[in-house]
Amino acid sequence: MSTTTRKLPPFEPLDPAGIDDLLTADEKAVRSSVRQLCADKVDPYVADWFERGQLDDPRGLAKELGSLGLLGMHLEGYGCAGMSATEYGVACLELEASDSGIRSLVSVQGSLAMFAIWRWGSEEQKQEWLPRMAAGEAIGCFGLTEPDIGSDPGSMRTRARKDGSDWVLEGRKMWITNGTIADVAVVWAQTDEGVRGFVVPTDTPGFSAPEIKHKQSLRASVTSELVLDGVRLPESAAFPEVRGLKGPLSCLNEARYGIVWGAMGAARSSLAAALSYAGERIQFGKPISAFQMTQQKLVDMNLEYTKGVLLALHLGRRKDAGTLRPEQVSLGKLNNVREAIEICRTARTILGANGISLEYPVIRHANNLESVLTYEGTVEMHTLVLGQAMTGQNAFR
Amino acid sequence: MNIVVCVKYVPDATGDRKFESDNTVDREGVDGLLSELDEYAVEQSLQLKEKLGSDGGDSEVTVLTIGPAGAVDAIRKALQMGADKGVHVQDDAIAGSDAFATSLVLAEAVKKLPHDLVVCGMASTDGGMGVVPAMLSERLGLPGATLGSSIELDGQTLKIRRDGDTATVTVEATLPAVLSVTDQSGEARYPSFKGIMAAKKKPVETWSLADLGVDAGQVGLEASYTAVEETQARPPRTAGEIVKDEDGSGAKALVDFLVSKKFV
Ligand SMILES: Cc1cc2nc3c(=O)[nH]c(=O)nc-3n(C[C@H](O)[C@H](O)[C@H](O)COP(=O)(O)OP(=O)(O)OC[C@H]3O[C@@H](n4cnc5c(N)ncnc54)[C@H](O)[C@@H]3O)c2cc1C
Repeated sequence: MSTTTRKLPPFEPLDPAGIDDLLTADEKAVRSSVRQLCADKVDPYVADWFERGQLDDPRGLAKELGSLGLLGMHLEGYGCAGMSATEYGVACLELEASDSGIRSLVSVQGSLAMFAIWRWGSEEQKQEWLPRMAAGEAIGCFGLTEPDIGSDPGSMRTRARKDGSDWVLEGRKMWITNGTIADVAVVWAQTDEGVRGFVVPTDTPGFSAPEIKHKQSLRASVTSELVLDGVRLPESAAFPEVRGLKGPLSCLNEARYGIVWGAMGAARSSLAAALSYAGERIQFGKPISAFQMTQQKLVDMNLEYTKGVLLALHLGRRKDAGTLRPEQVSLGKLNNVREAIEICRTARTILGANGISLEYPVIRHANNLESVLTYEGTVEMHTLVLGQAMTGQNAFR
Repeated sequence: MNIVVCVKYVPDATGDRKFESDNTVDREGVDGLLSELDEYAVEQSLQLKEKLGSDGGDSEVTVLTIGPAGAVDAIRKALQMGADKGVHVQDDAIAGSDAFATSLVLAEAVKKLPHDLVVCGMASTDGGMGVVPAMLSERLGLPGATLGSSIELDGQTLKIRRDGDTATVTVEATLPAVLSVTDQSGEARYPSFKGIMAAKKKPVETWSLADLGVDAGQVGLEASYTAVEETQARPPRTAGEIVKDEDGSGAKALVDFLVSKKFV
C-alpha cells in the first residue's frame, strides 16, 4: 500500500464525503443549469406562491422549464433531451431543493404523463403531444387515484365503455397534480379487457378539473379533481397495447425514481438553512452551533443526507445500466423520503420559532414532504413491497 | 463570419484561495471554471451569430483558451452554451505568464484561426488586470473596441457603447477587430440540456507553443514583465457604522462619510 502526500481537497460541509467526485462533468453541468434556472425563476418567488397557495404563472414557468430541457429530459426523441437517468435524478434534486411542488410539476409532466404516452402511446399520440409537452407548451396530468381508491388502484371505479367505435369515460379522479392547468390528461379506467389508459384532451366535453383547496402541503403546486362525465373519445384515444396495472405502475416507477433524488434536495436546503442559522444565532453567549446537542443534530442530519444521496446515485447508475429493479426503487423512495422529512423536522427545531416561519424554507419543505411521503406509494406500500420481496409473503391483503 | 472568443479558466472564487511559494495561484484541489466575466463575451458572440442567422453566411464561434489541462472545462462550458468548436493552448512553459506573455500566445493562436471578430471579456475574475484585449488588438494590428456595454454589428462596422464615469462614448471599428464586453452587455445564458448533449460532439483541438511557433523563452514566469511580490488575505469584514438620526444630524453624518470615502 502506498501513502501519497497529495494535498487534501477542502472539506465541504454540505458534501462531507466528497460524493461530488462521483458525478461526471455533464452531470455537474446539468446541476448547475437547473440551479441557475431555479435561482432566477423559482427561489425568489416560491415562498410567496406557497403562502398564497397559487403559482403566479404556471404556464410561463412550464415554458421556462421546457426551454432548459427539463420536461421529459430522460426520454429519447420527440423533442426530448435524451439525458441519462442519473442526470434526470440530479435535476430532480436541484428542483426539489427549491420546492417539492416544482419538482412535482416536472415529475408529473415528464415521468407520468409524457412517459405514459412515450412508452404506451400510438405513434400518432406521440407526435401530437410529446414535442409540445417537452417544450412546456402543453401541460399534462396523470389520473390514477380516485376519491375512494388510492393504494389499491386495481379496484378503481372509473369506467370506459365502448359505444360504437367510441369510448365513453365515466368517473372521478382525485389528487391529480397539474389537473386544472393541464391540456391533456392521461386517465386510467376499467374496461372489459382490464385497466386501460386514455389520452384525454382537457377541452373534451364532459371533462372538468376543479382545483383542490385547503392543502397545507405542496401549496406551490396545482392539485385537482378530474370529473369525467360521459367523456366521449375516439378509439384512437386509447393506448393501443397495454392492459392492466402494468401500464400505470410502469409510469409510477419512473416518477418514484426521481423522488429518490428529489427528497434529498429538500433535505439539503433544510440542512443548509439549519447550519447557517446555527452559526449566527447566539444564545447563552455563544452561537447555538457551539452546543453539543446542536452539533449532534447537524451531524446526524448530514449522515442521513449523505447516505441518501449515495443511495440515489447508486440507483441512478443501475437505472442507466438497465439493471434497476422496482423493489430497489421502493427501497430508495421509502428510505430517502422518510429520512428527508426527519432532516427537515430536525432542521426546524434548530431554527426555533423561526423554523415555523415561511421566511425560511424549512417548514415549507417539511410540509411538502408530507405529500411526498404519501404519493407515489405510501411508506406502508413500499414497506410491503420490500417485505414481500424479502419473505416471499404477500401482506397486502 | 468567424468569431473567436477568448476565455479564461479561473479558480472558483467561492472556494478558499491559496498561493504557491512563487506567488502563483495554487490550483490543486480548487475547482476551476469559465471566468464569469468571459461568459458575457461568449453570450455576445452567440447573439451576434444568431442575429446574423443564415444570411450572414454560416457564422462560426470558436472558443480559445490558454491554460492547464483542466481549462478544457471552460471550453466545454462555452460549447454547451452554443459555441461551435474549441482550441485549447496548453503548454507547461506557459505557467505563470503575465498579461504581456498571455497576449502574445493568444495573438499567435488567433492568427492561425479564421477571424473577423475577436471577442474578450472585460477582465479576468482572478488576475483582474483587464489589459489583454488592448494588448491583443495591438499585437494583431487590429482596431480594438473595448469595454462595450452594448454591441451592434452593421455589415463590416462594429459599433459599441462604452459607459465611462462621466460620459458615454460610441466607438466604431471596421472588421476585422477586437472587442471586449462588460458585465452590462446582457445576462449570459446557461447551457440547456440540448446544449450539454450537443457539446459532447463538438471538436476541441489542443495546441502547444511549438504549434504556434512561439519560443518557450518568450513566455512563463521568467519572461513576464510583472511579478507578484507578495499576497495578503483581505482583512476580515468589519461591522458597518450605523448612523442614528436623533437630533437631525443624520444627513450631515452621511454626507461626511461619503465625502471621506471620496464617493462624492
Ligand atoms: C399533493 C398530492 C398530489 C398527488 N398527485 C397525484 C397525481 O398526480 N396522480 C394520481 O393518480 N395520484 C396523485 N396523488 C394521490 C396519491 O398517489 C395517493 O394519495 C396515494 O396513492 C395514497 O392513496 P390514498 O390517499 O387514497 O390513501 P389510502 O390508500 O386510503 O391509504 C391510507 C393509509 O392506509 C394505508 N394502507 C392502505 N392499504 C394498506 C395495507 N394493505 N396495509 C397497510 N397499510 C395500508 C396507507 O399506507 C395509508 O397510510 C397525489 C396526492 C397528493 C397528496
